[in-house]
Amino acid sequence: MEKISQSVVKKDHAPKMSGRSMYVCDIDRHGILCGKMLRSKYAKAKLLAVHLPELPDGYYYVDRNDVPGDNNVNIVMDDTPVYARETVEYIGEPIGMVCGPEESVCEEILSKIQVDYEELEPVLDLRRADEAFFNYEYGKGDPDRAFAEADKVYEEEFETGYQDQTYLETQGMMAEPEEGGRMFVHGSMQCAYYVHGAVMRALGCGPADVHVHQDVTGGGFGGKEAFPSILGCQVAVAAKKAGRPVRCVFGRREDLEFTSKRHPSLCTYKAAVKDGKVTAMDIDVKFNAGAYTTLSAVVLQRGIICADGVYNIENLHVHGRALKTNTTPSGAYRGFGAPQTFFAVEMMMDHIAKDLGQDTLEFKERHLVRQGDRTSTSGVYHFPVPIPAMIDEVDRACNFRVKHREYAKPQSGRYRRGIGMSMHFHGAGFTGSGERDFIKAVVRLRKYKDGSVEILAANGEIGQGLRTTFPKIVAHELNLPLEKVFFDHPDTSRVPDSGPTVASRSLMTVGELLRRAAIKLRTEWEDGKDQIVEERYTEPDFMIPFYLDKFQGDAYPTYAWGVQAIEVEADTYTGISKILGAYASFDVGTPMDYNIVMGQMEGGFLQGIGYSSIEYMDYDAKGRIRNNSFSDYLIPTSMDVPKLNCQLHVEKYPFGPYGAKGAGELPLVGAPGAYVEAVEQALGGGIRLNHAPFTAEDTIKALMKEEA
Amino acid sequence: MEAIQFTLNGKSVQYDGSAADRLLDVLRDAYRCTSVKCGCKEGECGACSVLLDGKLINSCCVAMGAVQGSEIVTLEGYRETARFAVLDKAFAEISAVQCGFCIPGMVLASEAILAANPHPTEAEVRVGISGNLCRCTGYNAIVTAIMNASKEGNGLW
Repeated sequence: MEKISQSVVKKDHAPKMSGRSMYVCDIDRHGILCGKMLRSKYAKAKLLAVHLPELPDGYYYVDRNDVPGDNNVNIVMDDTPVYARETVEYIGEPIGMVCGPEESVCEEILSKIQVDYEELEPVLDLRRADEAFFNYEYGKGDPDRAFAEADKVYEEEFETGYQDQTYLETQGMMAEPEEGGRMFVHGSMQCAYYVHGAVMRALGCGPADVHVHQDVTGGGFGGKEAFPSILGCQVAVAAKKAGRPVRCVFGRREDLEFTSKRHPSLCTYKAAVKDGKVTAMDIDVKFNAGAYTTLSAVVLQRGIICADGVYNIENLHVHGRALKTNTTPSGAYRGFGAPQTFFAVEMMMDHIAKDLGQDTLEFKERHLVRQGDRTSTSGVYHFPVPIPAMIDEVDRACNFRVKHREYAKPQSGRYRRGIGMSMHFHGAGFTGSGERDFIKAVVRLRKYKDGSVEILAANGEIGQGLRTTFPKIVAHELNLPLEKVFFDHPDTSRVPDSGPTVASRSLMTVGELLRRAAIKLRTEWEDGKDQIVEERYTEPDFMIPFYLDKFQGDAYPTYAWGVQAIEVEADTYTGISKILGAYASFDVGTPMDYNIVMGQMEGGFLQGIGYSSIEYMDYDAKGRIRNNSFSDYLIPTSMDVPKLNCQLHVEKYPFGPYGAKGAGELPLVGAPGAYVEAVEQALGGGIRLNHAPFTAEDTIKALMKEEA
Repeated sequence: MEAIQFTLNGKSVQYDGSAADRLLDVLRDAYRCTSVKCGCKEGECGACSVLLDGKLINSCCVAMGAVQGSEIVTLEGYRETARFAVLDKAFAEISAVQCGFCIPGMVLASEAILAANPHPTEAEVRVGISGNLCRCTGYNAIVTAIMNASKEGNGLW
């Protein structure tokens, strides 16, 4: 193992292990006003009037009329309001906030507020939604000709549901007016500068009038990418009005119902097969964006770029839409659009192979992309594609090929087994030219007189280990002991904008900038002096420029790769599929810390297993999310899986620090394909599954249908 | 009503508030034991786990009236023990702590497992922490850490 990969004790281990870490909810409540949301009861309605009871001294009601700046939250677009405008667009949309010293009094006030609505007809069914927030289309080759010349054409629809990030710490933000009129906003978040930009706009003030600090954050997984910008604006407006600190921490039910989650999807795949090979795909992707756009543009872009999976499909047409419905806005979640399309393409390939009477794994292997092949967007896979070697690694770990053949034979009796495998990639970093055109990351290193070095970057530790891995890179380059290099939670008043903590970009992109900054500092190093060095992002020059209007070029500089296999035993009486084993090989380049990377791989894999199997969430006929607690939105416990068997395959990326690529999102992406294929094989016969999660109830339904 | 008397982390304390107050809220607000986290407030996630007379309980589901005369241990007290030091080292060595929010509950669940059974099997460890949700780790590292602590802490439990 390389020196940089050797594990160290994480820098945030001691405070977290001993319970001393202070999350935003842990700050003493005295002197802080508690904020509680007044939320819409209807999925779509005109807001006619809000009738307030008499407010006790020290209590405030805040709504759009109190927003000093712009009542639009700056995300990718700006259609999300800070507080509802003249209409409400989903159940739970914040109309206003009651704040005051006692939570119970705030709740009593809320219960007495009367809101007059004029109900309007909501759009709730994705199939009937016709307002496309985003509508993209691209392709390559000549799909019309390939379909005309095909021996056989296949068409199938695939669906995936919501998935909630379910960070153990719910959303929480706080705003404190400071002397001189400056606003201090802090809390649980991934992207301090996103919050900074949003609050600045809502308060109508300059960059120096707001500073944003990330508190210790109890998990994010994408859920704290954009949402804290909204909540940050809401508490900042309240604090501005009250002239006092205001904190709003969500309850679990509130968090499950009203914060952004993974986009439900509906994908229609059409494939042309000629001489036993898939020659073309025509893919229609629909994502349920919910009521406002938030991050749907970028989620959809990533989703459709992955639509043909790890396969070399020479003739391709992809049409993707993010459609408006009057539901909780969807947003970022680990994988960011890719888990939906990877699930669909894996199942599609599986089903075509079965129809052709071929082994599904061998069929997929015959279609794999290789280094030098064109990507879906006519870019190039510039670096080696290690999938064949990784398939062998997983096969060795679980005897896949033997079991896969064995379980394919007809099974009878109560318990039946199946095993499934899926292959995928995760494009590392921002899609397209995002890093170059929008993010333009800047990092600094500050060396103090005593020779210690502070990392100044805006990326946030959310459990993924950045407070340890960033210093490891810098200490390695400066040949310093790790204790001499430190990286605190960012405050925008102290650190430059190195971009958001998203897209598996922090280590690969910002880590490389830190490495280069450390080299610069090493060459300029003078003992006993305060020194600062800076480094800025430059795009690697091998890249084929990406044009978003045409979806052409290198969407990503490089790719992390994954092969996952899941073995199940389905109980045909209860429908419960017990997971017998979960195996994977992941290539994220050089691990910056073996334990930390394995923790990411195992944790992400289990989230993917939850997404595939038990994490079912939906809304009712009125548009209200029904699965709003841990008793009916189930996430995996320690008893739901055996020990996960993950291994690392290292294919170094020459432009990442010491060969590192993006890691965090990868291990979730392939799980649904592997799990649902396994259940499909266990159920046997002609059963073809096409949605995730595939729950125990779904298994019973599939068996009943088969018998009928 | 008389004040509710109980022992908190080895110290005798009196709580003057309502017997209907939630132990979780009282520990956090009145005694500032902020290691006790609120993850759901309905007994499902285990983030608020504490030891009540040595038993692992969800403090969100316990009313103060039920605490009268009992001994409560939170991580604020437990972290001073030799047993904690063994768990601390085991969790550190395998980087079992990610976001940290479930950890205070996990540590007390580990104590409850090992106190009842100093040498548990992996399956027994998985049962023992099954009331404590962790969204970050996939549980591998936590299970391994507890197994390692059980070996390293031979004789302590």
